[in-house]
Amino acid sequence: MITRSAHEMSSAMVSGEITSQELTKKHLERISAVDKEVHAFLHVDTEGAMSQAKAVDDARARGEKLGPLAGVPLALKDVLVQKGIPTTCGSKILEGWRPPYDATVVTRLKNAGVVILGKTNMDEFAMGSSTENSAYGPTHNPWDLSRIPGGSGGGSSASLAAFQAPLAIGTDTGGSIRQPAAVTGTVGVKPTYGGVSRYGLVAFSSSLDQAGPCARTVLDAALLHGVIAGHDPKDATSIDSPVPQVVAAARSGDVKGMKIGVVKELNGDGYQAGVRSRFEESLEHLAKAGAEIVEVSCPNFEYALAAYYLIAPSECSSNLARFDAMRYGLRVGDSDGASAESVMNFTREVGFGREVKRRIILGTYALSSGYFDAYYGSAQKVRTLIMQDFTNAFTKADVLVSPTSPTTAFKIGEKANDPLAMYLNDIATIPVNMAGIGGMSVPNGLAPEDNLPVGFQIMAPAMQDQRMYSVGASLEASLLSQWGAPLLSKIPALAGSK
Amino acid sequence: MSSLSRADVANLARLARIDMTDQELDSLATEMDVILGAVARVQEVATPDIAPTSHPLPLRNVTRPDVVEPSLTPEEALSGAPASEDQRFRVPQILGEEA
Repeated sequence: MITRSAHEMSSAMVSGEITSQELTKKHLERISAVDKEVHAFLHVDTEGAMSQAKAVDDARARGEKLGPLAGVPLALKDVLVQKGIPTTCGSKILEGWRPPYDATVVTRLKNAGVVILGKTNMDEFAMGSSTENSAYGPTHNPWDLSRIPGGSGGGSSASLAAFQAPLAIGTDTGGSIRQPAAVTGTVGVKPTYGGVSRYGLVAFSSSLDQAGPCARTVLDAALLHGVIAGHDPKDATSIDSPVPQVVAAARSGDVKGMKIGVVKELNGDGYQAGVRSRFEESLEHLAKAGAEIVEVSCPNFEYALAAYYLIAPSECSSNLARFDAMRYGLRVGDSDGASAESVMNFTREVGFGREVKRRIILGTYALSSGYFDAYYGSAQKVRTLIMQDFTNAFTKADVLVSPTSPTTAFKIGEKANDPLAMYLNDIATIPVNMAGIGGMSVPNGLAPEDNLPVGFQIMAPAMQDQRMYSVGASLEASLLSQWGAPLLSKIPALAGSK
Repeated sequence: MSSLSRADVANLARLARIDMTDQELDSLATEMDVILGAVARVQEVATPDIAPTSHPLPLRNVTRPDVVEPSLTPEEALSGAPASEDQRFRVPQILGEEA
């Protein structure tokens, strides 16, 4: 049962084959059995999950009309606040904090009857591509426990691949949903910026952050997308227009006549051989399904990584000023006579990890008088150029595609001391965030050289998210008929599983 | 490309309110040089004729109706406070020693 899709689990509950309480219990047991190896969760809310499941079962028994994901368990990235449930963002500075309110995403999940199992591990404040920057230790990739599960949302992606949850929520500032999806053989979607409310999402880089669905199938991602998306007056940057028809697109998976643009600059040197060969193979599948493959050029994408590592740190240096040891979170050094400023300075020194400090300092520099124009100002101009590249490319193609990540999962520790090498993991995912458009990663096989999962990225214009789902579902269906079983059926069994 | 000294990083750390050790300042100074060298590439294409983009959406002054809605109780608002007193956040002293 736990290896089924969320949609199949939902059908099993509708038909009476299983209750939400039984389903939730199976997942909680799975977490107990394998999370010592995987470490996907920072907090498991056994009691809360079981009571949410009971509420759904009771409502079903009363004959109430329930949504398509009612009773299905989900893993929540620990960067979204859930009332009364510890929320750490992978940081010591928030250890033990229990938020007094729900994020809008959480409210919508609860209203839809989705059962929240717990909070998943992440790079501290979502800064990283490996989940190694978590103050609570790394998450391990279920495909190979010595490897990273991607980041920052490595806990969410690993929980799906380890069958601890059929659905998860991630957040994506530069690729934190899509790259973990790619390296774990799962599906991850970064919706159009403003498509999903950021209310209650602890801010890293406000002009880039976006929450989105993580799942094992394209249809499951679409169903979850449908639950969490839509205008929210509590988020001033939320888009006040109808949610794209993502579920219908995922069900039809029709790409006939669609123009698919291959971004010339997001391939070639620096991309692993197996990543490239799987990408080419996926293009053939889409062509066979009736899409027209064209090549497009986005010449300014080569500057995207540099611009991102100025814009995101600049915004984070401002956003993380809220962790001041005064109103919530950690306070250290509050002895008699200590000043507020010394307590603040000492708490931030003790509470923040290395990468967070590195980015705060970089952002402080980029925004400082005398350097602003050369760094942050120039990065904002590059952002304009990247948006222009997308606008031009979308006149030639309905969607754009590339490999999601240049390599498969690397070893834990391999890049930990080389920030620039680590930043390169996001080279293909960052342009999407800079332009505020939608991006999806769909598993498209294993790299022959290491037998590890590879991801295929699909990018669509703002508020045209349904196009990604059409392409993703088409590719998923073609690959499924080629393989005969989902990619995750090839994953090695974990020692904790019976 | 200017290179950052330990004193430069110490000044940034002071502005960012982080009390760093000398060892941290030294390693950050080295890392910052490498990172700044890489990100400075943005200057190659950022010509004066290009308008900067600060945000993906062209929004301006988004407001909601001025209606009072339920909000956190004082107890909820203070629930995460490191210290509180009389329904207020208790903070270390902000001004210097009183005479």
